[in-house]
Amino acid sequence: MATVPTTASAIAEAVASGRVTAREVLEQHLAAIDAREGEIHAFNLVTAEIARARADGIDADVRAGRPVGPLAGVPVAVKDNLCTRGVETTCSSQILRGWKPPYDATVITRLHGAGAVIVGKTNLDEFAMGSSTENSAFGATRNPLDTSRVPGGSSGGSAAAVAAGFSPVSLGSDTGGSIRQPAAMCGIVGVKPTYGTVSRFGLVAYASSLDQIGPFAVTVDDAALLTEVISGRDANDSTSIPAPPMSLRASVGAGVAGMRIGRVTDLPGGAEPEVEAALEAAFASLRAAGAEIVDVRLPSLSYALTAYYLIAPAEASSNLARFDGVRDGLRVGAADTNAMYGATRAAGFGDEVQRRIMLGTYALSAGYYDAYYGKALKVRRLIADDFARAYSEVDAILTPTSPVVAFRFGEKADDPMSMYLCDIYTIPTNLAGHPAMSVPFGTGAHGMPVGIQVLAPALGEQAMFRVGGALEASAGGAA
Amino acid sequence: MANADNPRTEAPISEADVAKVARLARLDIDDAHVHQFTEQLAKVLAHFRDIDALDLSAVAPMTQPYPLVNVMREDVELPTLDTDEVLAAAPEAEERRFRVPPIIGLDD
Repeated sequence: MATVPTTASAIAEAVASGRVTAREVLEQHLAAIDAREGEIHAFNLVTAEIARARADGIDADVRAGRPVGPLAGVPVAVKDNLCTRGVETTCSSQILRGWKPPYDATVITRLHGAGAVIVGKTNLDEFAMGSSTENSAFGATRNPLDTSRVPGGSSGGSAAAVAAGFSPVSLGSDTGGSIRQPAAMCGIVGVKPTYGTVSRFGLVAYASSLDQIGPFAVTVDDAALLTEVISGRDANDSTSIPAPPMSLRASVGAGVAGMRIGRVTDLPGGAEPEVEAALEAAFASLRAAGAEIVDVRLPSLSYALTAYYLIAPAEASSNLARFDGVRDGLRVGAADTNAMYGATRAAGFGDEVQRRIMLGTYALSAGYYDAYYGKALKVRRLIADDFARAYSEVDAILTPTSPVVAFRFGEKADDPMSMYLCDIYTIPTNLAGHPAMSVPFGTGAHGMPVGIQVLAPALGEQAMFRVGGALEASAGGAA
Repeated sequence: MANADNPRTEAPISEADVAKVARLARLDIDDAHVHQFTEQLAKVLAHFRDIDALDLSAVAPMTQPYPLVNVMREDVELPTLDTDEVLAAAPEAEERRFRVPPIIGLDD
């Protein structure tokens, strides 16, 4: 068997040129899944037979000289909150167990169009609500780098799949850090694109004004490639920005000479010392590469957590009202519809989902709307205004991705507030709608990886990938 | 929700509040969960008091990242979802429709 390359771009090139077959690539990855999935639990479902049929189809195209896409034969794992036609899509929730969507999410259609081979549906915190993937109704995912630790969340399965070598790239969704934080904790690259650049059609909604789909990859270049494939206007998502797919790969190696990189002087504290040290090393490496480091202030950032944990649950309480036992998924029988709704939802949703639905319902209820939800929307404006001021002075901003490295199972599971604090550096981006990415940079406590977060203004992906590429290039020396 | 006029002067949330919110959210939870959720939500709501210090009177709310205007499109006929495929996912279906229990309550 020919040697299978490790990156998505090299796999696609090798498959398109006929040097390896898509089937060989797939079998090697399925063997990796067989060897370690029992220990990791990255997947809710491995779709081996569907993947084999698709890989064989791509190989037939190659043999016949038909054009194949930029992801020809690349195995991709996708988060189990992305709808796949005829293939179970659960959101890691009992309420959707067994549900087979009658349509594909737009990102799935685009992956197929690019020649990708979807290998399975990855585990997540139920309905993407969590920061550790411990909140899955089907059991936790383990961090491939240390199986006594969480992979982060909510896209922990997608991060673990890539970190374990089950697929070179994967897709997740990021509402408050759910791509970037697990990427950091698993030592890989994760990208949340600008809100509206990637269609949300077919992503089971958590908080519609914050949700965004994005890639995980081992390299910054592969993350750029995946972002290019999934971005672009979609008529099925009225919030998608009317723009063509982004062009990003050329930016990865463009360097940071002359760029202005922001250091947030009033960043909320609480990061582990090794994380702080990695951030300093990252600034030093960018300075050495020719960037100018500029102090910026984001005074409203410390209120972002409150704004997020009011806005996201408020939107969730509305979005998740659709799970009522009528059209799909679980139904607990009762004498009338109202009793059926209450019994179905109590049985079908896990505790964290119920907590957030109630928090959101409370924040939106009569007498509390202005005090909670209304105020949170105003704080959201303050945060966006802070970023706008900062980006008048800098091209990108660097922060840690997570204040902590991957923690042990159960460490934060019973204390929602301490779990929420894991998202303190990632949520401001979602509130503003901006792009951000996490790049592995050095090692923290317990030998676990640290992720550095690159923030950029809306549609500033090219600047973001320049900085991400430069961090990756120097990370070897820092580790 | 007795403290609705001035929500920040008393304990952040009571068990009665949580029970009412659960009813509004159509979550039929037991007393043990009401107790547990009350403690956890009280802790979260206490943290949320940090924004009380902000003067937000002159700030306009931001509901989404971009100012959204009506998104119009041509009225073009397109294929729709397959009815049989959609109904196959339903807990109960009958004569090409979703079947549900009686809507008028039998017990209230």
